[in-house]
Amino acid sequence: MNRFLIPFGLFIVVVGFLAVGLTLNPRELPSPLVGKAAPEFSLPQLHDPGKIISSSDLKGKVWLLNFWASWCGGCKDEHPVLIHLAQSGEVPIYGMDYKDQRDEALAWLKEWGNPYQVVAVDAPGRVGIDYGVYGVPETYVIDKQGVIRYKQIGPLREDILKGKILPLVKELQNQ
Amino acid sequence: MRWLWVLILLLPGLASAYEAPPLATNQQAEARLKALAVELRCLVCQNQTLADSNAPLAEDLRREVREMIAKDMSDREIIDFLVSRYGDFVLYRPPWKLTTTLLWVGPFLLLGVGATGLVFALRRRQKKLTDVTLSEAEHNRVAQLLSEGVRRP
Repeated sequence: MNRFLIPFGLFIVVVGFLAVGLTLNPRELPSPLVGKAAPEFSLPQLHDPGKIISSSDLKGKVWLLNFWASWCGGCKDEHPVLIHLAQSGEVPIYGMDYKDQRDEALAWLKEWGNPYQVVAVDAPGRVGIDYGVYGVPETYVIDKQGVIRYKQIGPLREDILKGKILPLVKELQNQ
Repeated sequence: MRWLWVLILLLPGLASAYEAPPLATNQQAEARLKALAVELRCLVCQNQTLADSNAPLAEDLRREVREMIAKDMSDREIIDFLVSRYGDFVLYRPPWKLTTTLLWVGPFLLLGVGATGLVFALRRRQKKLTDVTLSEAEHNRVAQLLSEGVRRP
């Protein structure tokens, strides 16, 4: 009996490790940018390419930066959540149209609705690299001083919004 | 007439006035890109290197690395650029840190545990073998059996 106890114990330990491993999402990587200043950008606006939207214009308020694209499936999944959030008016959402075609992006927003205050165009994906984006959609919470406080990888969901993002936004707005 | 020939012969000289891109340094840059790209992970297809991957992000990152090489940045600076954006995960060889200690030491730890277990198991087995002493007659019989083999009826 005893001789089986040690291998059995080891087996249980291995199973424990594997069980935890299975519940982890390999796509959710800790971002080294949380707690650091949001990279500066200055880009043409989607709806009015003659105008520039710059991250420094947004200092002094708490805002969300949402990377999306018309070709991205996950963006459509989270879209109702963004629209809902925009309607509540709790926090302004700025869009970053990532590696996209202008006409397709405009058509997409027309069809599904536009939750964004302003959409910036990052056609070559350089600002995406500065923000460490590796898959759209990704959403950043940026505070009044322009510091990234939270990064959501993948589609936003109502529960993430209610559980994490909105309480954080409230706290940052009161600072 | 002769001066005309000289002029014609000099004509190709004009063609070389356009500066050809220095092939050698370009090759060097490509070699550096290759060497760097196999050390870096593509974040989209996570088990491929930046060199292997065809994901659009990997292409963009290769372009970025190429530009940094052209700017004469060191490998260290290029890797720091990527780590500051994507974290240690972009590195195929994670750095030695408090959080990665188990990762680096773990295999040796397991090897140690295995070796200790083996030593203990072997010792235990040796103890089980009881010493056998043979008498003179038995010795002779063993020698006989070994030299003749078993007589079969």
